[in-house]
Amino acid sequence: MFKMLDSAVPVACWSCSIGHNDSTLFCPHCSKIQPPPGGDYFSVFGLDPKLNLDLTELEHEFHRLSRKLHPDRFARALENEKEWSLADTALLNDAYRTLKDPLRRTEYLLKLVGAQTSAGDETKEEKSVRTPADLLEEVFELNMQLEEMRASRKTGEEDPALQASLAQAKVKFEGLLAAVDEDLRDEWQVWDEGGAAARGASQKKMVALLDRRRYLSNLVRDVNEVLGA
Amino acid sequence: MAELNLIGRVVGIDLGTTNSLVATMVGEMPFVIPGVDGSNLVPSVVALDPMPTQGGRPTVTVGNSARKALIQTPERVIYSVKRLMGRSIEEINDELKLFPFHLAGDVEAGEIPRIQLGELRFTPPEISAYVLRQLKRNAERFFGAPVTQAVITVPAYFNDAQRQATKDAGRMAGLEVLRLVNEPTAAALAYGLDRAKAGTIAVYDLGGGTFDISILKLRDGIFEVQSTNGDTHLGGDDIDNLLLAIALDEIHAEHGVDLRLHPGAVQAVRKAAIEAKILLSTEKEARFDIELPNGDRYQREIPLDVFELLIEPVLARTAGPCKQALADAGLAPEQIDEVVLVGGSTRIPAVRQLVDDLFHLAARGKKPHTELNPDEVVALGAAVQAGILSGASKSTDEMLLLDVTPLSLGIEALGGTVARIIQRNSTIPASATEHFTTGVDGQTNVAIHVLQGERELAADCRSLARFDLKGIPPMSAGLPRIEVKFLIDADGILHVTAREQRSGKAAEIEVKPTYGLTDEQVEGMILDSFDNAEADFAKRLLIEARNEAETILAAVERAPQSPAWAMLRGEEQAAINAARDRLVQVKQGEDATQIREATLALDQATRRFAELMMEAAVSSALRGKTMESAGEDLAEAVTAPHAMAPAEFK
Repeated sequence: MFKMLDSAVPVACWSCSIGHNDSTLFCPHCSKIQPPPGGDYFSVFGLDPKLNLDLTELEHEFHRLSRKLHPDRFARALENEKEWSLADTALLNDAYRTLKDPLRRTEYLLKLVGAQTSAGDETKEEKSVRTPADLLEEVFELNMQLEEMRASRKTGEEDPALQASLAQAKVKFEGLLAAVDEDLRDEWQVWDEGGAAARGASQKKMVALLDRRRYLSNLVRDVNEVLGA
Repeated sequence: MAELNLIGRVVGIDLGTTNSLVATMVGEMPFVIPGVDGSNLVPSVVALDPMPTQGGRPTVTVGNSARKALIQTPERVIYSVKRLMGRSIEEINDELKLFPFHLAGDVEAGEIPRIQLGELRFTPPEISAYVLRQLKRNAERFFGAPVTQAVITVPAYFNDAQRQATKDAGRMAGLEVLRLVNEPTAAALAYGLDRAKAGTIAVYDLGGGTFDISILKLRDGIFEVQSTNGDTHLGGDDIDNLLLAIALDEIHAEHGVDLRLHPGAVQAVRKAAIEAKILLSTEKEARFDIELPNGDRYQREIPLDVFELLIEPVLARTAGPCKQALADAGLAPEQIDEVVLVGGSTRIPAVRQLVDDLFHLAARGKKPHTELNPDEVVALGAAVQAGILSGASKSTDEMLLLDVTPLSLGIEALGGTVARIIQRNSTIPASATEHFTTGVDGQTNVAIHVLQGERELAADCRSLARFDLKGIPPMSAGLPRIEVKFLIDADGILHVTAREQRSGKAAEIEVKPTYGLTDEQVEGMILDSFDNAEADFAKRLLIEARNEAETILAAVERAPQSPAWAMLRGEEQAAINAARDRLVQVKQGEDATQIREATLALDQATRRFAELMMEAAVSSALRGKTMESAGEDLAEAVTAPHAMAPAEFK
């Protein structure tokens, strides 16, 4: 089920004509830049898909590759080299942006292995996330308070009791959010080190955790908006 | 000065709202090229001389001489045109009320605005092209040779249309724009040349018409922008306008003269307002003393505290973007190691106080950086970037700028909402791939509306372009799968490609930029805007390309006589010969681009040869040959093919 980098398609280098597999940014023979390789974001950095990453090492590699690939290095190059430098650097930047962020990285890996999250199109679907069952009561209460607060804000009234209660809710939900992050990190470990069965189970858990996280962070954002207004 | 090669001469240009500058790397340091009048600053003012009585076209003047015309013939002068770049008629109508110039009468909504200047009319990029052409001439005078490639700076917060308009202006002026660089980042480059190798810096750039804040991380010569924010319509102009409005109102009330009806007089008051503003950066008080058309005098004291109260709301508008940029970078003010001040308006003490408060500087025993002239630092940085691109300078060799896109890119979704596909502050180049399908059986077109901005509704974002995907093979609704790739390049400009995946057919895209010029219009304006002397621009390009080709061919002819030639492998010699034959062949043709490409190819093929030649010369010097004879060998190498030999030796 896990899709390994199918990098075995041999292609010939445009410059030296010697064949190489297509998951390379530079020709192993003549070092010339190549069109964007077909692999995933991890392979751009020469990594196997893993959730625990050394971010310092990742940044170091990002800088090293940027120096070699960036269009600034190809201002004098042939048109095709310019084009590939642009495409390769875009790929590098997209990959780095995704992998350096823990949530984006988790979502990306889950998508890569075919586990469904509602994250794929963040903006389109974030509103359709369902309220986690264990939070129904509290969320109902919180939404009431948020409405009340917005209403009193409009009329210019102050309600210190309500404000205090919301601040309390904020602390509570932020705590829940931190707990989800903790659980996610535990699952990273499980996934990275597990076999196929353990990974399958872990993926299901991570999908659920990400949904819960998205829900909680929207809630915290709403509370912050009302409190900060 | 070192013999600079033809292709290596890339200049850096700061195309400012108020002033523009051109700079270049001289050896290892950036240097601002002065104009004929000895001044580093070219006012971004364009004037149309009186219509010649003999007929023909009136000539255009740029810079200080154009500024002088502002009071005599305000209806023939344009300034601050940067505020109009890449904007629609609807957007600039309010702004134009403050200017003496106005739109041509017959432009319709949706068209690119044209400004009436005397008998002629110009689009904002054409006006900017005149300023650029002046800078180009100044640089050509300095080098004694043509200049055809440039790096131009833009406000970091410029959107796609404003960037494209700037690039168009470059093209009209006969410049190949190798890169658009964000102004605050350019300033960081200028400062970064001789500064500590690691740290987090904020660049606060308040110029004549625009405000930018950028936060960068520096490490080992890599300048990585973390976040940027700003306001493309906030700057010193707004302060001038406040003072101007007060003066005009008071003159109307006290003397019964409505100067707003006299554009020339308004410009005289504006000049006085600017002088007062500048004085108040060092003095506790300034005063207006203006002679009115009816002979009366308008006199008024402006104490510093009144001035600061007046401009407080303008300055306060820079605080929001700063806080947002910090939040987007995930940093607290205390985590900013250094703050760099850029732009003439940062000379105002109240601005410095605000910056101090925003970044808690004094509390941490720090001061903002102002060592480099705030009017010149952006141009100096542009020259550094030009050095990076041309690879001609050792000091810029290890430097690399990684910038971000200031605004999120989105697509209009059902119900007029925006689906974001590239988030703001993403490192560029950046890309996103989206899939589209049809909603009706047999549908062969799909329309996509691309927007830029942070708001939730399409109506509140800036419309970039409408793409029409055409030629989709007729299929049942929902069956076609059209893959559209959005790519923001290193200039911050969007490119779109599309493919229908089921048929494998590249879908045809028809791009309708919401604002801005089509390629054909730009081409037309290149010809329109040139004086007779430069009328045949293409011809000039061709001649230059052939000259470059001949220089390198001559050097390659001599190559086999060099001992270094024998050190090349057989296939390397063959590659050089093949590239030479190719160049000889295309040089006969009329295609300047082809000639240039073939020249570059030959240049690349001979790179190792040039290195060998250089090494041989250096080592023979070390073996005890006199420096002089080694120097002759070197000179042979250096003056030979242009980029074949690095120019650092002389």
